[in-house]
This record gives sequence, structure tokens and C-alpha cells, in this order.
Amino acid sequence: MSHSTVPRSKAEATKPVEEPAAPGDAAGPPDAPPRGKQGKRGKLSLRLRYRRDRVLLLMTLPAVALVLVFHYLPILGNVVAFQDYDPYISDNGVVSILNSPLVGLENFQRIMEDSAFWNALKNTLVLFFLQLVLFFPIPVLLALLINSVIRPRVRAVAQAILYLPHFFSWVLVIAVFQQLFGGAGIFSQLLRQNGHDGLEVMTNPDTFMFLLTAQSVWKDAGWGIIVFLAALASVSPDLYEAAAMDGAGRRRRMWHVTLPALRPVIALLLVLRVGDALTVGFEQILLQRDAVGPGASEVLDTFVWWNGVRNQDFGYAAAAGLIKGVVSLGLVLAANKVAHLMGEQGVYKK
Amino acid sequence: MTAVIDEPTTRKVRGWAAPPRPVWEEAPTRAGLAGKGIVLVLACLAVVFPLWIVIVTSLSTRRTIDEAGGLVMVPKDITFIAYQELLSGGQVTRAALVSIGVTLVGTLFSMTVSVLCAYGLSRTDSLGHRWILMTLLATMFFSAGLIPTYLLVQTLGLTDSYLALILPSAISVFNILVLRGFFMNISQELVDSARIDGAGDFRILWQIVMPLSRAVIAVITLFYAVGYWSAWFNASLYLNDQNMLPLQNVMIQLVQKQEAPVGLGQAIRTGQLSGLAVQMAVMVMALLPVAVLSPFVQKHFKKGMLTGAVKG
Repeated sequence: MSHSTVPRSKAEATKPVEEPAAPGDAAGPPDAPPRGKQGKRGKLSLRLRYRRDRVLLLMTLPAVALVLVFHYLPILGNVVAFQDYDPYISDNGVVSILNSPLVGLENFQRIMEDSAFWNALKNTLVLFFLQLVLFFPIPVLLALLINSVIRPRVRAVAQAILYLPHFFSWVLVIAVFQQLFGGAGIFSQLLRQNGHDGLEVMTNPDTFMFLLTAQSVWKDAGWGIIVFLAALASVSPDLYEAAAMDGAGRRRRMWHVTLPALRPVIALLLVLRVGDALTVGFEQILLQRDAVGPGASEVLDTFVWWNGVRNQDFGYAAAAGLIKGVVSLGLVLAANKVAHLMGEQGVYKK
Repeated sequence: MTAVIDEPTTRKVRGWAAPPRPVWEEAPTRAGLAGKGIVLVLACLAVVFPLWIVIVTSLSTRRTIDEAGGLVMVPKDITFIAYQELLSGGQVTRAALVSIGVTLVGTLFSMTVSVLCAYGLSRTDSLGHRWILMTLLATMFFSAGLIPTYLLVQTLGLTDSYLALILPSAISVFNILVLRGFFMNISQELVDSARIDGAGDFRILWQIVMPLSRAVIAVITLFYAVGYWSAWFNASLYLNDQNMLPLQNVMIQLVQKQEAPVGLGQAIRTGQLSGLAVQMAVMVMALLPVAVLSPFVQKHFKKGMLTGAVKG
């Protein structure tokens, strides 16, 4: 990058506003040294940088405002977890918070003694592990299958079909499952016409976690292959040729070339998934909670919804939500730490 | 995540034919081909078959549905009566219009805010760049929780307003990062030359950066649009007025809870129209826009999924 050798201060002195910001940096080669705090940055006064970048700042303003209001501001609202919050004092949450009595850790104590909470935690973990074992391998296998299809048109059509359910809403996915496996669904219909009983899969509490997993697979397993396909596409065909020259058959090429290419992606996705462990199936379960009952279906997120939105016990629900939020934050940070230790990027860079 | 931007595929042949096999590769075995084909067809059928029966049933006459004893697999006597009834005013028509409106307005708003923010953050040495980026990134690690957010929306007076369906979930930080990753990869020389010619940042964004990023903008637009179209939870929380509900929420009432649609009960009771066909027609209305639009953007999906690492 020849630009970056131009002395910055000279250009700055003539016309600061029209000076191209960071010449060459954004487009620089990935192996270029990171922009340090040494060098150009230190030489510009704050005022000059403001004059140069105020339009950029203005552009980020709407997004920053939205994030501050809808992501950061509600954090303060978690104070209701330590209150006996009374939503009927006022429509204005601030007024209600100011007029509700503080009760210390009472809400948390109640949660610890609430068997429904422990049941929700158990269901959350069961669902997480089920999805890990039954869902996770499917996109990998599908990606290997699609990758081995070399006819471009066949491949594009198959991909279009497999991606499609990802874009369906949970309402639609569950309605589709009802038409297949519900009491009046197509399979029950065929069974009855042949003199058998209909299916009760959609309302059976014992198999509900498997039903949820099946729905997740139908909706998102196809979409999940994209990441793996990209990893597979980045493998140089020369590697396959070289392996073949050395006498490696199909299976050994798969084992020694294909799988090593997938390994980092698989590891990274697993780690990130673990970071998200407590957030499983909220909308999906909420839509089917009535059909199977809370005992079999309640997870932490629906527990919060039920106690807060439905029972108006906001302090209690917020306390449960806070517990979940804090544990989740710890899990996400730990998961990213592991990703970094494995030499991967994670969500953020070290 | 992994930085794979384009498909460096060596076998670039279009159409149905297979490209020539490299000399070193063994000829595929018949059993292998058949096995692969069967699995692939089954996987695709698992997606297509349910949609097929839903669509066919929605187009069937009452008699066909009664003969089949419910859902119809083989089309016979195609009729559009269910759609005509649903779209001739009433609950479902209104819900569909609400959904279309919220999706259009919301997507436009989300894209404007996201593109502006992504461009504003695309230069790693700009003032406050690091702080703003951290502020956005941090939201990927925590959530304030359902209850505080609910109380906030209530306090802001957004209950029973369509703003409650748009503002709280208007931007996805992930989408902004994807856009930003692409904006950062646009040749700096091009941007510099425009600036020397006197173009300001808005003009550079509109006339140079955005036209060069059409693919990724298409993908992110689809992601946002699908998000708004599929959303139902916020509406169930914040809208008390039945007449304001979007299509997904009406679908919950009609299909999942099997309630008769308001204003249509008569036509169903008098036997001209099958209640099942009406339910299936509502489902088709919910899936059609998505199914029609997503394949157009399909070849760019990878760009929306994989961003270069968060630089800076």
C-alpha cells in the first residue's frame, strides 16, 4: 500500500476534512500489521478527528440509540428482581418501580424452593443435550452429501429445497407438523382408514422433547449445511489429487482431507452452541405448551414468561430471568474462551 | 467466523450435466450413486411432501376433502374458493395487510439503520470507532431479559402500537457486522478517488459502496424481512386489540386452536367451504412470500452467513 507511506501530518495540515480517512487500511492485506496506537492515531488532535469523522459518527447514531434504549436501558429494569413489584401502581414502569417495596433476595429464595423452576431447568438441559446429539450431526452429513453431488443444477435445486424451512415461522412449522402427525393429520388419517388408532405424537408429554428436536431438525438442519459447504469449498482440489496420487481411495481422502477441513468449523459451532445452552426452543415451546402441559414442556424462558406475563408476578419472573441471564453470560464468555484456546475466532477477537 | 467469501469451485459447469471427472478420481459405483440419490430424494421429500398436502388441500373442493377424509394428497377439482373468501375482506385479509405493512416498513427501517451504522463503522481509525463497536458487540453476549424489556416497552407507551413490533427488534448486530465486513473489503482506492472528486460520506455510501454490495444487501434484506414476517411473539405481548394482529397470530388462532375465522363461519357452516381448506389456505399465505423470494437470493446466502472476523 503506497498510500500509507505518505506522511499523514502534511496531508492533514492542508485539508483535514477531505483527507481520505485511513488510506489503505481497510483494504489492506490481511497480514498487514494491525493499526497500532503508535503512529498516525496519536498525531491527530481530537478536534481534527471529530471534524473528519463526524459524518461517520452521525451515521452510527440511530443504531447506537436503538441498542442503548432496547438493550442497555432494560438492564436497569432487573431491579424488579429484588422487589415485590406491583404492576398496577402505574402504566409507567419507572413509577411502579419507585413505589414498589424492595424485598432483598426473597424472590431468589422462593425460586430455589420452587420445584417448577428446577423442572424447567431440567427440561432445558435435557432439550439442549438431545439437540446436541440428534440435531448437530445431521447438517454435517447433509453437507457431505450435497458436496458430493457434482451436477450444478441438481445441487442448486436440492439446496433451495433444504434451505426453505429455515425461513418459515415457528407457527407455520408447528402447523405443518400438526398436518402430518396431529390427531387429524395425514398419518393418523391413513392409519384410521386401515383400521388402526390415530397418532397422539403432538400431545404426548413423554415424547415431547423428541418432537421438539424433530421440529428443529426439519426447520434448520438444511440451513445448517451452509457453513460446512463453505468449509468444504475452501479445500483445494489439489489436495484431493495429491492424496489420490499417493494411493488414497475415496474413504481415505474423506478421512484425511475432507474431515480435517471440517474439524475447526465443527469445533467452533459446538463451542458456540454450548454458550447458548440455556436458550432453547422458546417460541416453539410456547406455541405447544397448552397441548402437552408445563410439566413436560416448561424451559427456563417459558418459566419466566409464564410467571411474569401471565401471572403478573414480575419480581419473581425477573429474578428467574436474571439467574438465567447471568449463567448464560458466563457460559458464552467461557465458550468464547475455549474457542480462542483452540485458535478460533469465536464471536469476538481476543 | 471462518472467512470464506466466494466459492472457489473448480468444476464450473452449468446445467444438469455432470462436469468431467478428473483423471485421478475413481468412477462412482452404482450402489454409491443409488444410495446417495435415495437419501437426497428422501431429505427433499421430507420438506416438499408436507407443503404439497397443505397446498393441494387448500385448493380442493369440499367434496374432495370429504372423500379423502381430511387432507388431500392427489389434486382433483382445483378451486380457489378458500382464497377468495379469505381475501374478500375480514379478519384474514386485514391480518395479511398488517403483516405486509409491518414487514415493508420494518425492513426499510432496519436496513437504513443497519447500512448507515455498518458504513459508519467501516473505518477502523475513525473517532470513537472502537467504543461504538464494543457497545454493539457486547449485546451479543447478554440480554436484559424478557420482563425488563416488557416493562420498558410498556413504559415507553408502545403497547397497542405497531412500533412495538418494529423498534425493540429493529437491528441485529450480527447483520450489521456482516454488512460492515463487506463494506471494509471494498477497494479503498475507489472510495478515495470519489472523495478527491468531492463526494461526501453519504454520497460515497449511496453511489459507490451500496451498488458494490448488492449481493450482501439482498441477503440481509431477506433476513430482516423474514424476521418481521415470521414474528408473532411481540404481537402477542404488546397488542391487545384483536383487529391489529398480524397474520402469524391469526394463524395460531385459526390453525392451531381451530377457531372459525371471523366473518367466514357462515360460508363454512352452509357447507360451501371446507374449514380445513380455509386453514390450509392461511398456511399457504404465510409460506408463499418466503418460498417465492428466498430462492432468488439463494446463491448469495453464504455471504450473509459468514463474515470476516470482526476487524479492529
